[in-house]
Amino acid sequence: MITTAKQDERIVVMTAENRALVRNAPRLLGNRFIDTGITEQTMVGMAAGLALRGRIPIVHGLAPFLTMRAFEFIRTDVGIAHLPVKLSGYIPGFLSDGNGPTHQAIEDVAIMRCIPGMEVYCPADEDDLVKMLPAIWGSAAPAYVRINHRKGSYDHSPYVPGKAEIVAKGKDVTLLVYGFLFENALQAKELLEQEGLSVGLINMRSLKPVDEEAIVEAALASALLVTIEDHLRTGGLYSIVAEVMLRHRVSGTEVLPLALEERWFRPGLLGEVLETEGFTARQIAARIKNANSVYAK
Amino acid sequence: MTNTLSDTLKATALRVREHIIRMSEGGGCFIGASLSCVEIMVYLYAQVIRRNGDDQLDPGRDYLFLSKGHDVPALYGTFAEMGFLESSRLSRHLSTSDHIYWHPNRQIPGVEFHSGSLGHLPAVAAGVALDCKLCGGRNRVVVITGDGELNEGSVWETLLVANAYGLDNLTVVVDRNQFQANIRTEELVLLEPLADKFRAFGCIVQRIDGHDFAELERAFEPVMQPQRMAGQGMIHGSGGKVRVVIADTVRGKGLPSIEARADRWFCSFTGKEVEELLEELHGSKEAAIESETLVVR
Repeated sequence: MITTAKQDERIVVMTAENRALVRNAPRLLGNRFIDTGITEQTMVGMAAGLALRGRIPIVHGLAPFLTMRAFEFIRTDVGIAHLPVKLSGYIPGFLSDGNGPTHQAIEDVAIMRCIPGMEVYCPADEDDLVKMLPAIWGSAAPAYVRINHRKGSYDHSPYVPGKAEIVAKGKDVTLLVYGFLFENALQAKELLEQEGLSVGLINMRSLKPVDEEAIVEAALASALLVTIEDHLRTGGLYSIVAEVMLRHRVSGTEVLPLALEERWFRPGLLGEVLETEGFTARQIAARIKNANSVYAK
Repeated sequence: MTNTLSDTLKATALRVREHIIRMSEGGGCFIGASLSCVEIMVYLYAQVIRRNGDDQLDPGRDYLFLSKGHDVPALYGTFAEMGFLESSRLSRHLSTSDHIYWHPNRQIPGVEFHSGSLGHLPAVAAGVALDCKLCGGRNRVVVITGDGELNEGSVWETLLVANAYGLDNLTVVVDRNQFQANIRTEELVLLEPLADKFRAFGCIVQRIDGHDFAELERAFEPVMQPQRMAGQGMIHGSGGKVRVVIADTVRGKGLPSIEARADRWFCSFTGKEVEELLEELHGSKEAAIESETLVVR
């Protein structure tokens, strides 16, 4: 991240004193690193000003405060002017583990994608993030990235702007997933295959623009689609899939949403959160298997 | 202040620090910011705030809002000592089986409001203080903020509005430990001269040693006995102005191995480190800390 920033003089890295991920930035970027203190609104307004002067601000903060406290500044200063401000949301979704509801960004995809022209990206792991960043930063559009730099086990394909990564195709079920739950979905796929199911898996990567073709093809090829997300069911991937299927008049395919339904999740250490909320690989597989047997009747 | 009272408060503060240290094991906590406000918290709950754990619905009670939500271990440690909360529950920190996590929430008896997103509770406290005024109540309303938290513009908006409404029943206590997360406040966004800033916003300001119970007693003496004035309702000591107590403190107070170190903000310690820190608290040599202590939360 910082290496790319160093090479392009237009890039400035900003934070509202969320320094852990960008701790090397002050040393490597000098005065192109700007810490405004705990001031999300001012930071976003200043980013718009910097972008007006030709800069590409990478604006890093905790996902809930960045997207929600500064929302109107993002929508009005960055969105209306369509400036290339790149929002970097840290600890989104379940990654806020024991912080509690104040820190849970589980509506960030919904509110960011409703801003005209705003792009929304959700890398699966560090490898995916590194492969996607050049295209995200190279685009002239404003963008929001659900930052996820956890190590994954999968070697991702090169990123093609706006395209999903189709890991596998399946006749019985296709899992649609974004962000760090990709790893659990990958393991759930193997568990379901051991049960004799033909299972597809798609790493969505970009939720806006979204790869409509990939969704429609999966819906036509599989009896069941499963959307997996650490986000409220409202406005996230389940909503996106529903919108795409309606727009393309795809019917006859069941869609099972695995998401948070009208509540914040129980805080705790990440492993326990996943277990409590039913998002371990084993639980994901079991929930899909149950649903599949119901739909198959 | 009598010697007996002073000794009792000091003994309570020491036990609260023990709770804090124990809560830094296995997942960790914001240990430094908790240790800095122990005397403030103990003094307020023991001597100022008329509350017990069961009076959540009593409209005549006093209110204490913890806006710097990082201090859960200090708050819950104090609750345990005041009998609001069974101390055995503190061991369920970060388990989804209880509600003890990094930020306060109202599932815990005694917590007036959740916090974690900075700069919210001065406004919430002002709303409560306004209604107490409208009702002619004797309630004292106290809100504790951090110093880094003063970066947020919402704090200053609240002071303007609260003074416009003459909320002299509202006291803002600033835990002035000189640090925000990973950096000294004066190395980032200058706060000093802080007392002058609050005065310019219309407040009555006192600056004290936040670890000295006798100074805390003097600072809160004016708010202890509100008087009913003909035609003016209930008048508190500061005569129509919001009272601000700037409590100068040391982040990590009580543990030389933690004190005033930028890299010891959020710490997750091993059981052995915790035992050594408990010994350090009681005067033994500094604990040997090997755990990574600069962590984002």
